[in-house]
Amino acid sequence: MIPATFDYVRAGSVDEVIGLLGEHGDDAKLLAGGHSLLPLMKLRLAQPALLVDIGRLRELSYVTEEEDVIALGALTRHHDIATSPVTLSSVPLLAHVAGQIGDLQVRHRGTIGGSICHGDPASDLAAVLLALGATFVAQGPNGRREIDAQDFFVSFFEVALRSDELLVEIRVPRPLDARWGFEKLTKRAQDWAIVGAVAVRSRSGVGVGLINLGPVPLRSSAVEAAVVAGSNAAEAAAFAAEGTEPSADFNGSVAYRQHVARVLVRRALEKAGV
Amino acid sequence: MQIDITVNGTAESHDVEARTLLVYYLRDAVGLKGTNVGCDTTSCGACTVLLNGESVKSCTVLAAQVAGEEVTTIEGLALEDGRMHPVQQAFQECHGLQCGYCTPGMVMAITSLLAENPDPTEEYIRLGLEGNLCRCTGYHNIVAAALAASQALEMRQ
Repeated sequence: MIPATFDYVRAGSVDEVIGLLGEHGDDAKLLAGGHSLLPLMKLRLAQPALLVDIGRLRELSYVTEEEDVIALGALTRHHDIATSPVTLSSVPLLAHVAGQIGDLQVRHRGTIGGSICHGDPASDLAAVLLALGATFVAQGPNGRREIDAQDFFVSFFEVALRSDELLVEIRVPRPLDARWGFEKLTKRAQDWAIVGAVAVRSRSGVGVGLINLGPVPLRSSAVEAAVVAGSNAAEAAAFAAEGTEPSADFNGSVAYRQHVARVLVRRALEKAGV
Repeated sequence: MQIDITVNGTAESHDVEARTLLVYYLRDAVGLKGTNVGCDTTSCGACTVLLNGESVKSCTVLAAQVAGEEVTTIEGLALEDGRMHPVQQAFQECHGLQCGYCTPGMVMAITSLLAENPDPTEEYIRLGLEGNLCRCTGYHNIVAAALAASQALEMRQ
């Protein structure tokens, strides 16, 4: 399979990217690691007129520790997040999940920013960043702005970036004394989750994220509220399907997926010490 | 567009379309047919090559993305005196292949794995090869070859 033709530009700086996006608007598509976009282009489900390759903007690849926040450059690869001493010590949940994406070859290319901007509801990282209360930093012609993960995922494969903005950083509040659980149901190791759940409990509260249970990655406020009100894992997990709209396919019906969501949320909560 | 890539230590420069995937750059422009196209959907790993020493699936990388960088294919693994690379040697000794179609990708993936962890456990090898599918021998002898290669590499150092 070969992508349709496109013009290709390799961007040398963030400013150049913003300029190109301003000039070409929705005709342009950013290429990071390419492990979401290129498969879509090969299937001709995406046919951008202009591909702006941002993959060499090394200044957007980092994991740094600030006082209360772990900052990740948008072009940090999954493999780097999985093996970074900073994530391993301060947000081991993120390292664990990044280390389970796709397979090693995929993790050598795929980036956290590319994955998030793709807006796939089956994304493991999106649900984890929702549960961790992360913030996304977008840069456009008028400078930078921060977007709560909660507000970032707008609809199916659509995120809150404007057409002349790019994601430059992901900011994760350092979870204090956190315990966590991450559960995903797949048929084969490298597959996307049929259903997945993540729970984080720390001194600052509880976060529960759901994978592939609707058109966007979800944060389960119903389960979180039940935990805060004192419910145990089984009681709180009973609310896991609330507000979800999973699709049905050959992997399972809507009712099956909602059942699995309750099971996986309970397991994740138990691992998180709820 | 003119794309320059160092392939197996040789500077290559070829005029190809921007949409050319790395695997076709290697097979059709450079003429190295050792890298196979299997599933063509980032699943099977038959097209695995090394990009700056790390395994990648060349069906899901544009040649343009890696212009100026170093790619190693199965043809570039053998030692300078013509002897096989320890991973290749281990595949022969452990009978790590049957039809051979997945083999170049398996060998490249294992070379990358062993570069990251020279003293792997069997579990590390099995998890590390989740992106490489073999449809005939099963995986037992491939994993055995990877472990044998790690010991051979260790002795060489």
